[in-house]
Amino acid sequence: MTDEKQYTTLNLGPTHPATHGIFQNVLTMDGEQIIDAEQTIGYIHRAFEKIAEHKPYYQITPLTDRLNYCSSPINNIGWHMTVEKLLGVKTSKRIDYLRIILMELARITDHLVCNSVVGVDSGALTGFIYVFQEREQVYEIYEEVSGARLTTNMGRIGGFERDLSLKAVKKIRDFLDHLPKVLHEFEKLLTRNRIFMDRTIGVGPITAERALNYGFTGPNLRAAGVDYDVRVMTPYSSYDDFDFIIPLGSQGDTYDRFCVRQQEVWESVKLVRNALENLPEGDFHMDVPQFYLPPKQDVYSKMEALIWHFKIVMGEIAVPAGEVYHSVEGGNGELGFYLVSDGGRTPFRLHFRRPGFIYYQAYPEMIRGGVLSDAILTMSSMNVIAGELDA
Amino acid sequence: MENALIIDKLYKAFGRDILKMDTDSDILTVMVSHPVIHEVIRFLKENEEMNFTFLTDLCGIHHPDRGLPLGVVYHLHNLTENIRIRIKTFVTVADPTVLTITNLFSAANWMERETYDFYGIIFQGHPNLKRILNVEYMDFFPMRKEYPLEDPTREDKDDRFFGR
Repeated sequence: MTDEKQYTTLNLGPTHPATHGIFQNVLTMDGEQIIDAEQTIGYIHRAFEKIAEHKPYYQITPLTDRLNYCSSPINNIGWHMTVEKLLGVKTSKRIDYLRIILMELARITDHLVCNSVVGVDSGALTGFIYVFQEREQVYEIYEEVSGARLTTNMGRIGGFERDLSLKAVKKIRDFLDHLPKVLHEFEKLLTRNRIFMDRTIGVGPITAERALNYGFTGPNLRAAGVDYDVRVMTPYSSYDDFDFIIPLGSQGDTYDRFCVRQQEVWESVKLVRNALENLPEGDFHMDVPQFYLPPKQDVYSKMEALIWHFKIVMGEIAVPAGEVYHSVEGGNGELGFYLVSDGGRTPFRLHFRRPGFIYYQAYPEMIRGGVLSDAILTMSSMNVIAGELDA
Repeated sequence: MENALIIDKLYKAFGRDILKMDTDSDILTVMVSHPVIHEVIRFLKENEEMNFTFLTDLCGIHHPDRGLPLGVVYHLHNLTENIRIRIKTFVTVADPTVLTITNLFSAANWMERETYDFYGIIFQGHPNLKRILNVEYMDFFPMRKEYPLEDPTREDKDDRFFGR
């Protein structure tokens, strides 16, 4: 017999209910303690960057849906804004405010899913059911705005395909009235719950310095105490018109990540309400005939509209050469689009900066020395989304 | 901090290794020769005036018609002054080697693996340079321009009337 310790290798995933997505963690365990971990990703890699090099710009929006599919509208609108930046299109206040409404609704659903799943993984299923009902309400709003629920393909380059309908406005108002009640209930269940606090405080912590070095962004970075938010740092879509707070944590642990997300939901509710109340009059799309489909009755009666319609649908529009990087505050961090155009009808190169892909690298460092049940909580509180990991 | 100051400092530190500056695009873009890329990134990160301490993005690019076709694009961010900078470096297909920056930024680990996976750029000194999203037995680098998206022998799809 040797004195050398025997470690157990444990495969967590690829299809484990606790990973909430298809990716694998190979854990080296000493009993219950985690000695080391290695992640294997790529199980749902769909070559979006390669496909994007062969698609006209408007056909890339559905690809972005499938990155972080918990908050598709942010991805869609982020992509539209990237193309607008390349084309030099300045959008009107009404479009900006509509975008803020939809992006913040998406942020609410993203955070609610993440936080309720943290609850589930710590053994509290009830809260999950409460907030999923609210998520359903948001999906009905998406349906009213774009016709789709999960992969929304929302908006167009230059604005929206149709104006916000009265029904949608009513649905948003109802949602805003109802959500605070549910949120309070949800928070009562978890935030000061002794069991929940014991399970999450000090679990999977990361220091601010390490988080920055690992390229953390979004709530995960803010939970570690760094006040970096793209909405404030480089305001886009008129976010600078609004007054909102960036919640900060201090320990960078699971509990702080939970609280930061929860506070951000409250801020998003405020933002949606403000944007809806101050929604300016005006057009819901800009005049970009190269990208914006003309009204159908014009297509049937006017030559020019017919030509544009054909050119857009066939993807025959050449985009001026240039190079832009645009980023938006996605559900879980800075979602960036690095777009290079060589003057053709498709991008020459499009790279998605997926926040989840970048911060998930830190996972082994965060769980090392902990126990398996904590590792699962850490993962769900990081909000790792397989679609975003693999692109 | 003005762009002019960054340019000035970079020229002073690296001189002829700074190949091109572009102040017209959305972010200050600097092209540097590939042997000094690690030093340039280290300078930008560790010089107190520069303070680009956040690696936003790292990705590859392929310009098949250029003398140095394969490129690596770095996006760095100075979070205190909110300035971004884009650094590019290009290498040949025959010797696609640049130094890793994983010792400066832990975030670069997977981004460099991804760049290797898709473009075959070899990051010297990387602790674990293997494919990340594609299968390990793949014997080509799929994001290079010569690899078609679809099977080129396919006959059921004819798009030639639209020039492609």
